[in-house]
Amino acid sequence: MADEILELNDGTDGLVLVGIHRRGVQIAERLAEVIREREGIDIPRGALDITLYRDDLQTVGPRPVVGKTVLPVPIDGMVVVIVDDVLYTGRTIRAALDELADFGRPARIMLAVLVDRGGRELPIQPDVVGKQVEVGTGGRVDVCVLALDGRDEVVVTGVGSGA
Amino acid sequence: MSAPLLLTGGRIVDPAQGMDAVGDLLIIDGKIASVGGTIQGPDGARRVDCSGLVVSPGMIDVHVHLREPGREEVETVASGAHAAAAGGFTAVAAMPNTKPVTDNQAMVGFVKRQGEAAGFARVYPYGAISVGQMGETLAEFGEMVAAGAVAVSDDGRPVENSHLMRTALEYAQTFGIPVVEHCEVMSLAHGGSMHEGVISARLGLKGIPSEAEEIDVMRCILLAKLTGGHIHLCHLSSKGSVELVRWGKDQGVNVTAEVCSHHISLTHEAVEGYDTNAKMNPPLRTQRDVEALQQGLKDGTIDLLVTDHAPHHYDEKEREFADAPNGIVGLETALGVNVTWLLESGVLTLSQLVDRMACLPAKVFHLPGGTLAKGSIGDVTVFDPSREWTVDPARFKSKGRNTPYGGRKLRGQAVRTIVGGRIVFELNG
Amino acid sequence: MTILGKDLIGLAGLTREQITTILDVAEPLKAISERAIKKVPTLRGMTVVNLFFEPSTRTRISFEFAEKRMSADTVNVAAAASSVSKGETLVDTARNLEAMRIDMVVIRHPASGAARFLAERIESNVINAGDGTHEHPTQGLLDLLTLRDKLGSLDGKRICIVGDVLHSRVARSNIWGLQAMGAEVAVCGPRSLLPNAIREMGVQVFDRIEAAIEWADALNVLRLQLERMQLGYIPSLREYNRIFGVTRARLERAPRDLLILHPGPMNRGVEIDSDVADGPHSVILHQVTNGVAVRMAVLYLLAGNKASLADVAKGGAA
Repeated sequence: MADEILELNDGTDGLVLVGIHRRGVQIAERLAEVIREREGIDIPRGALDITLYRDDLQTVGPRPVVGKTVLPVPIDGMVVVIVDDVLYTGRTIRAALDELADFGRPARIMLAVLVDRGGRELPIQPDVVGKQVEVGTGGRVDVCVLALDGRDEVVVTGVGSGA
Repeated sequence: MSAPLLLTGGRIVDPAQGMDAVGDLLIIDGKIASVGGTIQGPDGARRVDCSGLVVSPGMIDVHVHLREPGREEVETVASGAHAAAAGGFTAVAAMPNTKPVTDNQAMVGFVKRQGEAAGFARVYPYGAISVGQMGETLAEFGEMVAAGAVAVSDDGRPVENSHLMRTALEYAQTFGIPVVEHCEVMSLAHGGSMHEGVISARLGLKGIPSEAEEIDVMRCILLAKLTGGHIHLCHLSSKGSVELVRWGKDQGVNVTAEVCSHHISLTHEAVEGYDTNAKMNPPLRTQRDVEALQQGLKDGTIDLLVTDHAPHHYDEKEREFADAPNGIVGLETALGVNVTWLLESGVLTLSQLVDRMACLPAKVFHLPGGTLAKGSIGDVTVFDPSREWTVDPARFKSKGRNTPYGGRKLRGQAVRTIVGGRIVFELNG
Repeated sequence: MTILGKDLIGLAGLTREQITTILDVAEPLKAISERAIKKVPTLRGMTVVNLFFEPSTRTRISFEFAEKRMSADTVNVAAAASSVSKGETLVDTARNLEAMRIDMVVIRHPASGAARFLAERIESNVINAGDGTHEHPTQGLLDLLTLRDKLGSLDGKRICIVGDVLHSRVARSNIWGLQAMGAEVAVCGPRSLLPNAIREMGVQVFDRIEAAIEWADALNVLRLQLERMQLGYIPSLREYNRIFGVTRARLERAPRDLLILHPGPMNRGVEIDSDVADGPHSVILHQVTNGVAVRMAVLYLLAGNKASLADVAKGGAA
């Protein structure tokens, strides 16, 4: 994934990785590590909490706790790579795009996800995908990362017919 | 005159005669003709089976507000007297804080006639102590008594001027009526809307300390001591007041006192949630006060039970606590509340309860009734002390709905109310 | 279950967990006010009415900023407090507003219990912005957030509320909030301005400001309403300042660094001297900043909550 990002961007110039809370942040961190090893360059990393931008707050039951949004550098004119663990309906990415727009006007926004499970409800496509899995609406994809879950693992349960 | 009325098989409780036995009671021409044992009624007598029920002298509430004239949309003499009958009262005494104030013979006569026209419970008017209840000039006691007033009071507010109170106590002796004081030091109670204590501190409501009542209780007792007049103290609410009255009686002062049903049953905790139906003056106080008041009733320090029936229009109570008016309706819940909190809990015996609700009010206020002795007026309350019922304000005969007992289960309810030998209320079912 | 019920009427009865959640939510919301675009779309399409029956600049503006930064539509209604004899009653005002299909009401009213009264009668969420001398929960929360920012945990911390506790809704909200968060609470002021039953509320009483300063980690200095003197609670403002005023000379004798809070607006030279208000101990402007974040958090946590069956059974909401 790191290679693809660098390829799409023609290197590390103007690149910012922004992970979506919570596991996207960890994955962005790992991608940055790989890039540091390959290129010897430390890319700026940010974190995005999209809770306040969700379109389903009235229906989610207990109000989710809000996390911190931190962008280390001004994003105007930068290439922002949104990083998340699983891409599903696309609603989270819609929220993330809206939130980023409140912080500035990047030259380009890309999307990198570890798992694309299909089932999109909005016209959103990733630029970089770790793995494509077709999981029906009844199924679940859980991404575990070392820092939060004590292990690195992708668990797919209840694989459907691919809707 | 209505037909002779024969009540059969009831438990006749008449503390005035020391009577407590199952028997019959005959009323002819509005007067008690015969009491106790088995009575063969005259031909044409209406027989009413009272077995399983208590037959007592008619209950009298000497402290009600009937709002007429002036606030007829809230209560009238007729609706209030109807409510009284439904609550088992054969007579009430109506406070003079009407609009205009009942402070002259014409007004007293008006209230009395409205009561007679209604034909439910008897209505005895109060006259005001001072003209317009302004606390300045003595009202014409003599003419008011001649027109039917049974006592004088500025209730709703105290007689702050001690000279005026002294004069009233002296002058009232000429006519043999009690002077009835609403005990409150206004400068201490000013702006208060509940008992001053931890709950008022928590709710951020200005409190009324017990002392606002007690200081006036003491003043009145001392003035009665000075003058030899009869002071009757309204709606006592605090332990300290009970102790002061006890002292006064020990001193031989001509002091009598009353307590409201709500003050022997509820505490200031009822105000939590800013329930305006728990707002009254004097306010509900602490459990300690409730117990002292119950004890005072038991040992005779406090003579009698009243309601301080104070109807308000529903939207007057539907507002911010501090701005809501004081008072609750009580005529239709008093018997149930008194039975539940005094009889069921063993504070009073049945005979004592009847004494405090029927005999002593008549005695203290020199009213007819208060006994079932042969020859006395045919005012009788028939009630079921064990009947359980749920308070539903929508069914009140009173126009007022403002009660803190709505939805509560009470024990004890009037079954028949008889005034002058005529049944003025009968419980359905 | 939602974290809060339908309404925020007071801090009395809120648990440590509930208060902690509000403060935790407020924390990231602080940053929104630091952005160039100070706005998130969270409450887009919701209508909030700021119903103020008492003049208030600070609290109303703070709520309005909070609402606008959450993208709610806001309407300010400055109503005269209804008198007993004239004017529309509170319940009529409420029903009229609700008939216009609003979502939330922020109410400031001179009568204790008015916020709860309103909450029990309308379906919209109600936030108490100060009712009489009862509570001012968002002020209490912003004080807690400020203290937590500066002191870390509130557990075992000693906070003394100074001044007219008797007439202060800020004092009551502080007492319940601080106690829920594990702090020790004291009050200091003339006895004529303390409720008689103050000790039954679980707080200590200091008669001397010097003793309070020696004891406390923070002082929350209340505004002394100038009419208290006219009503005879204290003889003069001059004497009040001499005996209870928080002055630099007094703070210099403190055994440790004290935080000075004040809910505003200040009477400089009465309850607090200027060099204290503007000095290094003062966190007064930090309180104002936190006020917006705390109110955003409350709006976020309440929006759309319905009265639960438990609330209805209790005849009201928490």
